[in-house]
Order: sequence, then structure tokens, then C-alpha cells
Amino acid sequence: MLNITPLLEVSGLTKRFGGLVAVKDIGFAIRPGEILGLIGPNGSGKSTVMKLVMGIERIDTGSVKLSGTEVAGWPTHRIARHGVGIVFQHSRPLNRQTVLENIKLALLPDSLLRLVAEPHVDRRAREIAERVGLAAVINRRPPTLPFADLRRLEMAKALARDPQVVLVDEPFAGLTLGEVAVFSELIDGFRRDGRAVLLVDHNVKSVAALVDRVLAMYVGQRIAEGTADEVMQDATVRRVYIGGKIEAHPRKELDVKGREALLDVRSIEVFYGKAQALQQVSVHVNAGEFVSVVGLNGAGKTTLFNAISGLVPFTGDIHWATESLHGRSPARIAREGIVQCPETRELFGDLSVRENLDLGGQHLSRAERDAQLAWLLGLFPILNERQRQRAGTLSGGEQQMLAIARALMMKPKLLILDEPTLGLAPVILEQLSKALARLRETTPITVLLGEQNVTFALPHADRVYVLEHARIVWEGDPARFAEEMGTGYL
Amino acid sequence: MSLLRRRGLWLALLLVMVGCSAPGWMGAYYLGVFTTAYYFSVFAMSWDLLFGFAGEVNFGPTFMIGVGAYAAGLMNNAGYSIPLCLIGGAAAAVVGGMALAMPALRLRGPYFGLVTLVAVLLLLDCIVIFASVTGGEIGMMVPDVLSVSAEVNYWYAFGFLLVSAVILYGLSRSSLGLILQATGQDRIGAAALGFNVTKHKLAAFCVSALFSGLAGGMLTFYGGIASVDTVVSLSITVQIVIAVVFGGRRTILGGILGSIFLILFDELLRPIGQLNTFVVSGIALAVILFFPDGALGWLLRPRDDA
Repeated sequence: MLNITPLLEVSGLTKRFGGLVAVKDIGFAIRPGEILGLIGPNGSGKSTVMKLVMGIERIDTGSVKLSGTEVAGWPTHRIARHGVGIVFQHSRPLNRQTVLENIKLALLPDSLLRLVAEPHVDRRAREIAERVGLAAVINRRPPTLPFADLRRLEMAKALARDPQVVLVDEPFAGLTLGEVAVFSELIDGFRRDGRAVLLVDHNVKSVAALVDRVLAMYVGQRIAEGTADEVMQDATVRRVYIGGKIEAHPRKELDVKGREALLDVRSIEVFYGKAQALQQVSVHVNAGEFVSVVGLNGAGKTTLFNAISGLVPFTGDIHWATESLHGRSPARIAREGIVQCPETRELFGDLSVRENLDLGGQHLSRAERDAQLAWLLGLFPILNERQRQRAGTLSGGEQQMLAIARALMMKPKLLILDEPTLGLAPVILEQLSKALARLRETTPITVLLGEQNVTFALPHADRVYVLEHARIVWEGDPARFAEEMGTGYL
Repeated sequence: MSLLRRRGLWLALLLVMVGCSAPGWMGAYYLGVFTTAYYFSVFAMSWDLLFGFAGEVNFGPTFMIGVGAYAAGLMNNAGYSIPLCLIGGAAAAVVGGMALAMPALRLRGPYFGLVTLVAVLLLLDCIVIFASVTGGEIGMMVPDVLSVSAEVNYWYAFGFLLVSAVILYGLSRSSLGLILQATGQDRIGAAALGFNVTKHKLAAFCVSALFSGLAGGMLTFYGGIASVDTVVSLSITVQIVIAVVFGGRRTILGGILGSIFLILFDELLRPIGQLNTFVVSGIALAVILFFPDGALGWLLRPRDDA
């Protein structure tokens, strides 16, 4: 093995953004038929490494060799022509063209003069579609396809030019377990083809079964390298990743029995076209309570929250402090105190941290706003340091804290947090968890939290609902969750 | 897909036949209106290639049209024949377009559009400053005209429109058109598929400049004058934008419908005086609001068979 020239050889890679060193002296080599996992929490620089290899970001110093040829400094399209394919995490296909035409696009030569595709292009596009499992939908347009098929289309485009090196960004994000198995098999196929594969992901666990070696990064630097097992056992990795154990934050028994429900969702149903997204869902939240709704991606959590916020039509009834919310506009619902912090965060990326917060507090008087701001900057100290930074340049965890802080600026009576841990590394989870605990201890706020991550959702909750395939399947206090639902959840 | 093609094809054939028969039943006055509309259609199609496909909002189509028109006019005044002047004008438009696009395409987002807008203002200034040669705001007369017969002029314009439409539409449906759409939608994604984004955008700019310049030159020799009001003014840009959006962005041929609509209605509604611009703009606004894909985009909207 060792005498084979690596297909991709990276050494001394360094990249600065202003004063921030995003990548520092990173090096690795991938040989034919080898899969390397590049892992690291958000902001560790792993995605930047991928962009540097692809020529999307300019390299400050360091070398990138493809089969011995130095390509550092080349433009992206030349690197692509030289045998590197990339599978982006977010797909942006041509929506007016069919799946087949999208694949054909990737097969076209970079020529201004060849106006008609050669006949083999059509045949090859069909072969690739077959291989990634798109054969049945080849004449459909991307907007009509489910998420997994869009990921397949990205895979197909990356494969089209028969690259020697394939870079895959978060291969399994947003996929169901069954789909993960299918995509693992596809990636394993790259190995059998003799390609060199780089998988970029948050944690070792999701790629462990697939990779030959893992390189772990933290704040731009290499912290460990070896087999998946070795890296998982590595002391530095464990400290960076797991941090302290996420503890429970028990609080004195809340006396909520006697109070009437602040929010009362009564058997609502929501349909998207023919698909039923919520079926006879009833949830209530008492004033001052912290309620968690846990469920896997696609169970219906976001739909439930959007129904409460007036963003999707529903049947059934939702009562807010004894009044029905039926027919009220989303803006009015928000003004009446139900503030949602959506999973997509929806920050204003070009505005500074401070400006984002000020926008949240627009309707408050100046004194109120200043007080609220001071309190929030104390709750999230990192935002205090970053006040003048553009929100778009924050790391994922910081953005999530900003999103929560901005929602809190509106002084909500009920704060809805939709999947705050989405895409965050455990070390960030812990900070977030502590902030939520402080929030719960120090204010009378009422929170409705939607989470896939049970270990995150449970410690804070006074009560837990489990949402599964559009239905509530369990309700109870967190202590009972482990024994009654613990094994069945995943 | 085949249905879409067939519907589009029938519509195009029908329009070509109506266009061919026009000199038989249309008066000289309206032939003139259509002649102008046809040149205008080429402006609109050229612009749609950049905006609809390459995704670049060019606020300076009249920079290229104006350069083409004035270069052709200047050459004619220097004694060159009309065909040579047209070639020279088109070449000048391409060179001018390149000089503008090379630095401007490095910019992202709204800045490209702003640069093209400033280019038009500069051209306007140049025309006024060098009034002794260009005729300034009055316009520059040219010694030669294509023809004095309205019918012959109509045929020139119609032929030019047909050729331009076939070439531009063909380009938009070719592999190049597909690549252009990809670069317009996602630069990085297109580059990662191995396409030299700058090269393709420059090419689109070149083609757009070529046809704009040529049409500008033809319009000059049709009217016998190149003037700021007919080929450079920003209100021409606005009309081009409206024509494309009205006719249907990313359809190329929609620009023809939009241009004919704008210019014909402007003529037809002339009796109602000041109100006419208001009515035309109102209709255009309604189309943009309720049919954002434009008239042709709506007629030929893709229907998923799956």
C-alpha cells in the first residue's frame, strides 16, 4: 500500500480569515480505494480544508497534490477537470431542467463551441442515474423530489466526470436510517472503484463504519489521527467532543397542576397536499413550564410549531390563554407573546450581532431594551465579545445562541425552540445547555423545546412528549422516559 | 417536454406567418411601428441572454446598443458603406462590452449592475462632450439609410429579427445555454463541475453585445439618425427590462412579445395622450405581479408528467 502514490496529498495547509487562523498546518494523504474521515466540531475548519482542496478558497500557504501534480492556487474548474468531484451538503440543482438534464450538465465539456452534447453523454447520464438510484425519477424536475433524491443528484453530478478524488460534505445529514445505509453503500462503491474519498463530518460515530482513517480537527488544528476507534479513544478528542457530561438540572417540583394551560393544542391535524404531517396532536404547556417535544427528523415537530405560530393551516383548535388562535396572523401571534426560534435560525447575516439583537427589541422602550440586552449579554457571554461581528461570520453554535437571544429580546411569554442543537458539536451543546438551565432557573419563562437529541432535551424538561410519525405516542416526566421510552426511541 | 416544444413551435410558426403577411395588409405607418419593435426585440433578447441565463443583471444594455449605433454612424459619416458600418458598429459594441465586462464580472451581487449603469452615464457624457462629432443631444445624422420604402425597411428588420431569434434561442437551448444557467444560479457549483465560469459569462456578454450593437446600428440606418433618446437613454433600458419581464424571463423569445406589446400599445393608445404610458405601465405591472414568469413563461410553463 505504502508505495502507491496518494491520489490526494495535502501538506502544511494554512488559511487565515483576517485575524482568525481557520486552518493551521493541516496535512494528510489519501490513496486509491481509501476513505479518510475529516471530523471536527463546528468552526473547527474542516469545511475550510475541503474548500481549500477544491480551490473555492485561496490557500495562504501549503501544498495540495493530485497524483503528484501541485494544484494549489488553481481555479476551481481546473481542479475539477483534474479529477476532483465534490458532493455539496446543500444541493442547488437547475429546477427547470429534469434530473437527466442536470446530470448531463455535469458531463458537458468546458467548451464554448460545442453546442450539442455528444451522443454518449445521454447514455452515460442514464448509467450514472441508475447507479445512484435515480433511474425511476429521471424525467422529473428537482422541486418535486424528496430530500434523499436531491442528495443522490448531487452524488450523481460529482460522479459524472469520473473523479479520482471525491470530497463529500456531511454525507448523511438529514437522511433517515434506511437512507444512511443506502448512501453508505454508494460511498463504499467509490472505494471499490479505487477512488480516494474524503468524508467531512461533525463526529466520528456517523462515519466510523465507513472510514479507513480519521483526522480530527479542532480550532483549525489537527488533534488526532488514526483509525476510528483510536480517534474515539483519544483523550484530546474526548475532551473536545464530550466535554463534561451533560448533567441533569433538576428543579424543585413545579406547582403547575392548579394553573390553567397557557397554550393548549387540541387535536390538531395538518396536511401537506396528500401527506399527513400531524394526526390528532394534543399538547399543553402551563405557565412557567419547560416542555420538550422529542422526535426524529420528519416526525412533525416543526409542523407543530409552525401551526402554533400560525404559519401553516390546521384543523382542530389551538388555545392561547383561553382564546382561540384560529385565523390570527403570524405577526399578531408573535406580538401576543408566542415567539418561535426556528431551526433555520433566520439571522440577518450581514448585520452585526448587536444589530440583530436590537431588531428583536424594536418594540420595547429604550430603557426596557437596554435592560433586556444587558441581561442577555450576561446569559450568553460569547455574544458580548462578538457584538460588532457580522452575524453571518459566527460559528454555528454562536449563531444558535444569537438566534435564541434575539427571540428573547422580544420578551416572549412562550419561547418555542425548534431543534436548537441542529448541526452543533457536543462542546457547543454543553454551553447551550448551561444557558438554557440558567434561563430556566432565573426567569419565569415558559419554553416549548423541539429536539431530536434526547440527551439535550431531557435535563431541562418538566414534561416530555414523544412525537413519532405525526402522532404523540408518549407523554410523561423525564424521569420515566428512560425506562418507558429509552429503548424504543431510536 | 414534447408538448412544450410543440406548443412553442406552433406559436412561433404562427407569429412568423403573421409577420410575413404583414406588408400585404398593414399600412406604411404601422409597418414602421413594427420595424422599430423588431429592432427593439433584438435588444430585449440580447438582454435576456445575460439576465435570464447567465444571471447577470445588466443595467447597461444601452451602453452596447449606443456604442454600436454611434460607431456605425461615425463610420458612415467617414464614408464607409452601410454593411461595413454595421460590422464596425457590432465590433465596437463587442470590444466596448468586453472592456466593461472584464473588470465588472469580477464583482458580485448588485455591483455588476451598478458598474454597467455607470458605463451608460459615461457614454452619455462622452456623447455630449464630443458634440462636434456626435451631434450631442440633438443626435447624429447619417448620410445613408437602409431604404426609403417602409415595406423594404420592414423586411430588413423582420429578417434581422428572425436570424437573431434563431441564433439566440438556439444558443439558449444548447449545451452552452445549460452551462450558462448553471453558472448564473450557482457559481461555485458550476466551477466544481469543471466549468470556467468567467469564460462562459464573458462569452454570453460578447454575444449579447454583438446583437445589441448590430441592432443599434440597423436602427440608426433605419431612422437616419443616432440619438441619445433612441439608443442610449436610460428609459430605453427600463423598456428593455419591462419587455423581457413582461414577455417572460429565460425564454429569449418572450422578449419579442414584450417589445411588440410595449411599442404597439404605446402607438395604439396615443390618442388618450398622457394616459397611454400609464395604461401600458399598468398592464406591464399587472403581468409582472400575477404572472411573474411573463406571458410566454406562463404559456409554456413546464408541466411535470410524473
